[in-house]
Amino acid sequence: MLIKRANDLRDHDVTDYALYQKRREFLKLLGGATLLSTSSPSRAGLFSNDNNDEITPFSDASSYNNFYEFGSSKSDPKRFAQSLKIKPWSVTVDGACAKAGTYNLEDLLGPQTIEERIYRLRCVEGWSMVIPWNGFPLANLLKRFEPSSKAKFVRFETLSDPAQMPQLKDELLPWPYVEGLRMDEAMHPLTLIATGMYGKHLPKQNGAPLRLVVPWKYGFKSIKSIVRISFVEQAPRTIWQKVAADEYGFYANVNPAVSHKRWSQKKERRLGEFFKRDTQAFNGYAEQVASLYKGMDLRVNF
Amino acid sequence: MLISDESFSRFIKPLVFAVSLLPVLALIMGLIHDNLGANPVESLIRNTGDWALRFLLITLAISPLRRRLAWVQALKLRRMFGLFSFFYASLHVLLYTVLDQALDWEEVVQDILERPFILMGFLAFLFMLPLAITSTRAMMRRLGAKWKKLHQLIYLIIILALLHFWWMKDAKADISEPLWYAALATLLLGERVFNVWQSRATRV
Ligand code: HEM
Repeated sequence: MLIKRANDLRDHDVTDYALYQKRREFLKLLGGATLLSTSSPSRAGLFSNDNNDEITPFSDASSYNNFYEFGSSKSDPKRFAQSLKIKPWSVTVDGACAKAGTYNLEDLLGPQTIEERIYRLRCVEGWSMVIPWNGFPLANLLKRFEPSSKAKFVRFETLSDPAQMPQLKDELLPWPYVEGLRMDEAMHPLTLIATGMYGKHLPKQNGAPLRLVVPWKYGFKSIKSIVRISFVEQAPRTIWQKVAADEYGFYANVNPAVSHKRWSQKKERRLGEFFKRDTQAFNGYAEQVASLYKGMDLRVNF
Repeated sequence: MLISDESFSRFIKPLVFAVSLLPVLALIMGLIHDNLGANPVESLIRNTGDWALRFLLITLAISPLRRRLAWVQALKLRRMFGLFSFFYASLHVLLYTVLDQALDWEEVVQDILERPFILMGFLAFLFMLPLAITSTRAMMRRLGAKWKKLHQLIYLIIILALLHFWWMKDAKADISEPLWYAALATLLLGERVFNVWQSRATRV
């Protein structure tokens, strides 16, 4: 596995100048997205309500998580996910592709070049973070399995092992955690498979050893600790659709114009700030992804 | 009773008052020391909501305690607990309007109208207002028998507050917390139903 940066950086090192420059380069690459990271992570921006995107401190990003397999409170995953066994890890690939099979994690990551991507993460619950991910485009992974023309959607599944995940016994949700993307969404260059964040290995509570990151969709689409990838013809029924189809749609694109049943989506609270800020269409990535949904009624396909 | 009424009023009451302030002090300290977690505002709003509900239940527990355990002095604390419930509810609502909605009243109204769980909280708070206003001794005297009737609104308030909590959790799967509170409320309201039934039975 080729990693461009050392994996043992401490979190405040992430904002050193060289990296800052690198980030800016990537931002230019993204066509002027409004990401501007400054200074070291802190709560200095408590009262700032402007649109700058300071990187969320690692301590927050790794202690305020939704990973229901380990409990429904935000602090549960950090407490209970440490028992997750991530070595050895394998991913089963099946469905409409030429190279179905079960792959070791090392085989999957071997040919990939790890890069850093700083993305906003907007949770459907109305809060957001800015996270420097380490990973590679999902497309690079999927192409290797040679999906056929029948592959219209990709279905992802999280590990579901009651021995390691306390909540699976309680049937809190209709496990396993299932998510999906349309093929063109999956192949989009912004769609990432993350194996690390802040220059470190992915913490277990953040979905180690590999997770999806789809920055223009609500966070629940970015499925964690993936064990299965399937190429399918029909849109897979996701776990949250099973729970409440009227609240959580398949597309789940960040959209301030379509409110959730129990709260408005117009605003969000960036962690570390007291006041809310405006939520941007497609979480600020409209320029890159809006064309994927041309002609679709986003109120119906929420 | 082990303690005279006078020392109860002089020592126990102020002590209970001070203890009832601990949750808000803990929140202020947490804010200063930045240990309310990654989302301190959410933590503040949830904690004040929790304490409003808890004090409401404590208030409702006073009469049953008096009746079942013959703890008459508890009655002296009831108003204070009721007002603490109102105090925490006011903080809760203030934090919501200032920090969540940035005093955008149009948004607040829309939130109340569009979201049943917010509507329930709003109604609960609305009905708390007349109770807080009429909590003084002078008001009690002035209203006479009507006072008691008015303050039965607390039964409605607890139901609204529980619906508020329950519907907030709805579809996010884990409703065990509101269920525990609801169980306790059922017990406290059930005691009253039982009490009425019992006194009727003895009258016959
Ligand atoms: C105008 C009135 C009210 C508004 C707008 C309001 C708003 C809210 C909001 C937005 C939340 C959700 C916080 C979150 O999701 O993080 C919440 C939770 C809550 N509220 Fe209220 N509320 C009101 C009145 C009340 C009253 C009167 C009580 C109790 C007597 C109450 C008790 C609670 C409780 C127990 C929670 C749940 C806290 C938890 O998750 O632990 N609320 N309220």
